[in-house]
Amino acid sequence: MSINYPALIVMVPFISALLVFVIGWWNRRLSCGLVIAVLAAVFLLSIGIMKEVMANGTIHYWLGGWEPPWGIEYVVDYLNAFMLVIISFVSLVVTIYSKKSVEKELPEKIVPFYSLYLLLITGLIGIVITGDLFNVFVFLEIAAISCYALIAVGRKGASYSSFKYVVMGTVGASFYLLGVGYLYIVTGSLNMADVSKLLPPLYESKVVMTAGVFMLVGIALKMAVYPLHAWAPGAYSDAPSSVSALIAPLMTKVGAYLMIRIFYTVFKPYFFVDVIPLSSILTWIAAVSIILGSIYAIAQSDLKKMLSYSVVAQIGYIALGIGLANKAGLTGAVLHILNEAFTKACVFLVAGAIIYKTGSSNIEGFKDLYRKMPFTMSAFLIGAFSMVGIPPTCGFFSKLYLIIGSIDAKQWIFVVVLLTSSILNVIYFFRVIKIAAFEKAIPDYSRTTPYITYRLDEVPISMLIPILVMAAGILFCGIFSPEIINTVIQHIIPASF
Amino acid sequence: MDLIIAKYNYWIYIILMMIGLYGMIAKNNLAKKVVGMTLFQTSIILYFISTGVKSGGATVPIVMGDPHLHGHAVPGTIHAIQYVNPLPHVLMLTAIVVMVATFGVAAALLMRIYKRYGTLEGDEIIEIRKQEAVS
Repeated sequence: MSINYPALIVMVPFISALLVFVIGWWNRRLSCGLVIAVLAAVFLLSIGIMKEVMANGTIHYWLGGWEPPWGIEYVVDYLNAFMLVIISFVSLVVTIYSKKSVEKELPEKIVPFYSLYLLLITGLIGIVITGDLFNVFVFLEIAAISCYALIAVGRKGASYSSFKYVVMGTVGASFYLLGVGYLYIVTGSLNMADVSKLLPPLYESKVVMTAGVFMLVGIALKMAVYPLHAWAPGAYSDAPSSVSALIAPLMTKVGAYLMIRIFYTVFKPYFFVDVIPLSSILTWIAAVSIILGSIYAIAQSDLKKMLSYSVVAQIGYIALGIGLANKAGLTGAVLHILNEAFTKACVFLVAGAIIYKTGSSNIEGFKDLYRKMPFTMSAFLIGAFSMVGIPPTCGFFSKLYLIIGSIDAKQWIFVVVLLTSSILNVIYFFRVIKIAAFEKAIPDYSRTTPYITYRLDEVPISMLIPILVMAAGILFCGIFSPEIINTVIQHIIPASF
Repeated sequence: MDLIIAKYNYWIYIILMMIGLYGMIAKNNLAKKVVGMTLFQTSIILYFISTGVKSGGATVPIVMGDPHLHGHAVPGTIHAIQYVNPLPHVLMLTAIVVMVATFGVAAALLMRIYKRYGTLEGDEIIEIRKQEAVS
């Protein structure tokens, strides 16, 4: 049975996406319970896969029994298993949160919402687990199309933001498909391991260089690095709360996984660094993305838009780590993927909780929020510490590795960029905390008692537990980050570094 | 000159792709942007199909059966050189389905945008959104 885990982990949410329609037509309130059960099963499957990879090495699963390169192959090594555990855990926690939130925001569309939700998670798991280049495109489009539809049911103006995402996301996926096509006509195979064996004699040819550039641009658009980020602020801020809490930690990080896979497994690292200097271009673009994303975030007055620009800035860190192409840089990038998954889920869940209670996410209206919602805002404080990089949260360790990587590569300008961006993060995150904790709303002079009483006005328990679990996860990942690096991340770095 | 004539399939798909990209960027109406996006994806499908062609008069990849053998082909008479490479065709069937699904989502979004903003012109929508953000 455990032989079939790689196929089950894709098929279980896929078939359940259709089952949700059937169950939901019969009784609407059971649909969320079904989704939680399915995602709990997916989480257990991913833990099983991780244990097997740690015990036996890389898993190769041949779909249908056809051997590669003629058949499609699912390859699970340490990086895939790591991403699978992150995706299944974050989606399970956000689904538990989403029950109350979805019932308040879109009460008549619960069943199609959960069906698309499961399709999105199927797409993300499929991108991460497959070992075939064209299969990545198929799952990328499954995830993207579900994402377009999920974003469009959000608040006012969501359909225009989703439309921008449709056009730009399609261009990105098409560029990736073009890169796959160029690699196919040169090597005749679509399997990642097979292409990486057939490519090295051909690195000097223009076709392979063009394929590398096309794939870089296509994946960079899905990752939302600076010049190609224009879809991200509108899409993440106008989506419903559960959807932004699901896609902000996961969609761009799966794009980052894809970039690591293409440029370190399919193409050998020396192609990326020596043959065409794509890695230095990527690091410069990432540095610009970090600084400009943080500056845009400072200018926003809406919490969700500020957090969306923060996603753009943080993905710059990961792109910087990938582009540095040395041991510490890649360790920092992969650890930052883990950090980002927990931190962005935490802060977007807090933003959703604030919208659930107060109805608006304008930062100026956050006065007295610490008195009324102390648990939620404390979780936001932990998330803000992780963004800035204060120990013992996980953000400190990932930034430390990125700075060590920049020093190892003798690029002092990136050290300056990383430190400056920490200061910029302080500005926009602590502004929210300052208004929520230290500013008082205008007192109500019509009261009859001499003291102003604050009643604890928290979100319901089923929304509070996921927020606290995510905040605890940030601290847990930070305190145990050496163990995580030694058991998992160390095996991800290619041996040639 | 030889560069253009020998590789005419690449020139065709590049010109189509650039027309689609121009439509997505320069046209103001959102529906025209969707048409540009579809043209962009179609050009990539055309490129893939054109890579499957083999010189020497290869024909479509359907094997004609022998009526005496209940439609099965006579073994030993199939040479791969006679048939066009079927793998890009199969891949592009998937890509065409993806293109149709994306177009369906885009068309549904256009309907919602029209219902909400009353117009499909990009600059007018940006104006309306700016006024909504201020108020």
